[in-house]
Amino acid sequence: MYSIQQLAGGYAGKPVIHNISFDIDKGQLFGILGPNGSGKTTLLKMLSGIVPASSGQILLKGKPIKSYGAKELAKIIAVLSQHSEQSFSYTVKETVSLGRYAHQKGWFQNWTDEDEEIVQRVMEQTGVAHFEHHHITELSGGERQRVFLAQALAQEPEILLLDEPTNHLDLSYQKELLDLLLDWTENRGLTVISIFHDLNLAGLYCDQLLLLNNGKIEKNDIPNEVLQEERVQTVYQTDVKKQPHPKVPAPQLVLLPEKGKERRKGIPVVGPSNLHFNMEYIALKSDVPLRSMSSGVVGSGTGWYQSFVNRHVNKNYNCDNHREEMVAYLKKHGFEPSETVGMMTAVYLEDVSFRFYEADGFSGLIVVTAGVGNAVDASLSPLHAGSIVPGTINTWIFINGDLTEEAYIQSIMTATEAKAKAMMDLEIKDQVTETIATGTSTDSILIAATQKGMRLDFAGTITPLGKMIGKGVYECTVEAIHKSRKRKKN
Amino acid sequence: MQKQFTRKFLNNKGIAYLIAVIFLIVAMLMGISIGTVSVPALDIIKIIGSEVFRLSLSGDVDPMHINIVMNIRLPRVILAGLVGASLAIAGAAFQGLLRNPLADPYTLGVSSGASVGAVLTLFFGISIPFAGAFTLPLLSILFAFITIFIVLIFARQIDRSMKVETIILTGIIFSSFLGAFISLMIALTGDELRQIIGWLLGSVSMRGWEYIKIIFPFFIIGSMILLANSRELNAMSFGEERAQHIGVNVQKRKMTVLFAGSILTGAAVAVSGTIGFAGLVIPHLTRLLWGPDHRHLLPLSILTGSGFLILADLVARTIISPTELPIGVITALIGAPVFAMILMKRRVERRG
Repeated sequence: MYSIQQLAGGYAGKPVIHNISFDIDKGQLFGILGPNGSGKTTLLKMLSGIVPASSGQILLKGKPIKSYGAKELAKIIAVLSQHSEQSFSYTVKETVSLGRYAHQKGWFQNWTDEDEEIVQRVMEQTGVAHFEHHHITELSGGERQRVFLAQALAQEPEILLLDEPTNHLDLSYQKELLDLLLDWTENRGLTVISIFHDLNLAGLYCDQLLLLNNGKIEKNDIPNEVLQEERVQTVYQTDVKKQPHPKVPAPQLVLLPEKGKERRKGIPVVGPSNLHFNMEYIALKSDVPLRSMSSGVVGSGTGWYQSFVNRHVNKNYNCDNHREEMVAYLKKHGFEPSETVGMMTAVYLEDVSFRFYEADGFSGLIVVTAGVGNAVDASLSPLHAGSIVPGTINTWIFINGDLTEEAYIQSIMTATEAKAKAMMDLEIKDQVTETIATGTSTDSILIAATQKGMRLDFAGTITPLGKMIGKGVYECTVEAIHKSRKRKKN
Repeated sequence: MQKQFTRKFLNNKGIAYLIAVIFLIVAMLMGISIGTVSVPALDIIKIIGSEVFRLSLSGDVDPMHINIVMNIRLPRVILAGLVGASLAIAGAAFQGLLRNPLADPYTLGVSSGASVGAVLTLFFGISIPFAGAFTLPLLSILFAFITIFIVLIFARQIDRSMKVETIILTGIIFSSFLGAFISLMIALTGDELRQIIGWLLGSVSMRGWEYIKIIFPFFIIGSMILLANSRELNAMSFGEERAQHIGVNVQKRKMTVLFAGSILTGAAVAVSGTIGFAGLVIPHLTRLLWGPDHRHLLPLSILTGSGFLILADLVARTIISPTELPIGVITALIGAPVFAMILMKRRVERRG
């Protein structure tokens, strides 16, 4: 569609864009990124033919952009700019209808049925049809932005240039607009070139990203390549952290606020003093939120939580919606469900085993409740019927340290191996298969860390963290099972 | 639903034109009828019917009335109408082009520029070969065009974004400067003094059919050009960049509109002197009543503008009869407060 060759230019003797070259293919959603003053808007104005190039050239569909007349160009390119001036109160429909200007022929520029149809369609698509008779001066910034989008779409362009299209839009319209653009690029071959301030939106929707810095191309590649932590940090001069999107394969960057760094000074310690026991539940309340990876009933997965609850339920506990019931239970007992990881067990809570371990530079608290009435040998689990018998091992591991993603995953592996070894040493049998069990069918695990203090990259079995977890989980599991067995004998 | 709306839309515009035409006709009849000698409206219709359309209706009409209507009042009313229409459509076009409801030939300095052209012509007795009586309007138009250019270039130098107030301020500075220039010429002149003061204050009295012949072709040409550019004016009132994106050849169209506006202003000034604020008030009121779409705003401004100036002239010559006030006094008395009101409303809007 576009071929930009050694382009340079800017305003009256002050070049903003320096010698850049790139191509844009038909049907792409092409994002332009860059810090303030990097030349994004100037580049877009050059692409739209408003600002002339001082050297180099822009080829549009194989022809220099300068060779197109104003009307010809308007049939190919439509532009939605960031600001729009309003001096007179045209109605929404009058405004959108102006988009048909380039398509109307002859002296009298008759309004055809086709024009009317297109204007109605784009007003529907942008959600402005229901206020077509309103004056644009009465509209909110977001509504007005949509009216001008409709005007641009009424041009029936092959290329749509946008300067921060989501600027005035609220969350739902941001998503709707970008979904619409994505749909048009995929299904109608529309080429969309847009400036983004929001790197995450750009990463989520664009096929290709161009990162500008001081009027030069820093990187022109797929989003995952362009949105690298170090690159964004150097170009934007700010601390960011990259993470995957939870649902779609797109990179997301998050800011690291200065406040978060200050907290590092005093390293909080999660220890046995944070534990609270009663007949109904064991709770750990941390002074600061902990980054947790868990398989609890509430607060499972990855997140930041401040309270951790292991609740005793009757062996015959049966509830259609145990998650909802658990949330209600937490609320009743003064825990904020959105900040709490909640687990359940039928084990008597007096049988809990917990130990605090200190290593060189970091420390950890391990809490285990264990019942083995439902022990299962994982290697032969297909022999089990679906019915669930009470009996659960809930393992909590709290680390005063800064864990990587790998360390979280390896912590779970190491803890599981240690648990299986404890079962083996205590010769706990799977009652169906009569073989040594590896765990129970409803075990839960929690790894939570302060993410402050010493950096812990790995948690494999012979790393310092792995050694602590392996030893700790083994010891606590063995002790908890002993206590539980003793109670049964009595 | 859609059809219903279209019909309603057309009806609304139809009513708008009907009201504007009735306003113009009533203004014309009043302008011709009222004066030291009162001519009944029916007589006026009969006289015009027989003298203009050659219908035999004038059997029982007083010959003196025929003389008053045909030689004094009718040309005066038509001239006032043409001047009002020219100023109003030029004002509407300037306002759309500059996205500025305060723009009009007077506040932009165009009228003063045209006056300088007219005064120079009278002062030096200039006559362009072959142009004859058209020397006066041609030089007025030339000076009007030069002035609007200098004003816009100057405003751009002060403020790249060409804010509304900057353009108006520049226009007023130029008006004052050119006004001083005209005063200087008046001071240097002796016999022509009375005639030149007439230009300054603006008047349509005692001009006769000759002046109608001078302004008419320019009014037609200027109005046709502007009417042909009404969609472009709509686009440009959204900003020049957006107009360009929509497909308007902005540079060319802008020049065309400025040129047509200068033709209309120059010709109006050449026959009647500087009449302020007519080009400001009329488009503004018309826009308030019937919307900013230039396809209707321009023709409606022609109708209401001519009616307005006919009535202003009527007031000017009757209010302290037998003495006549210059028509510019009346338009300024109405126009200046409206100007202040628009300015205040814009300020409040911006703050709010």
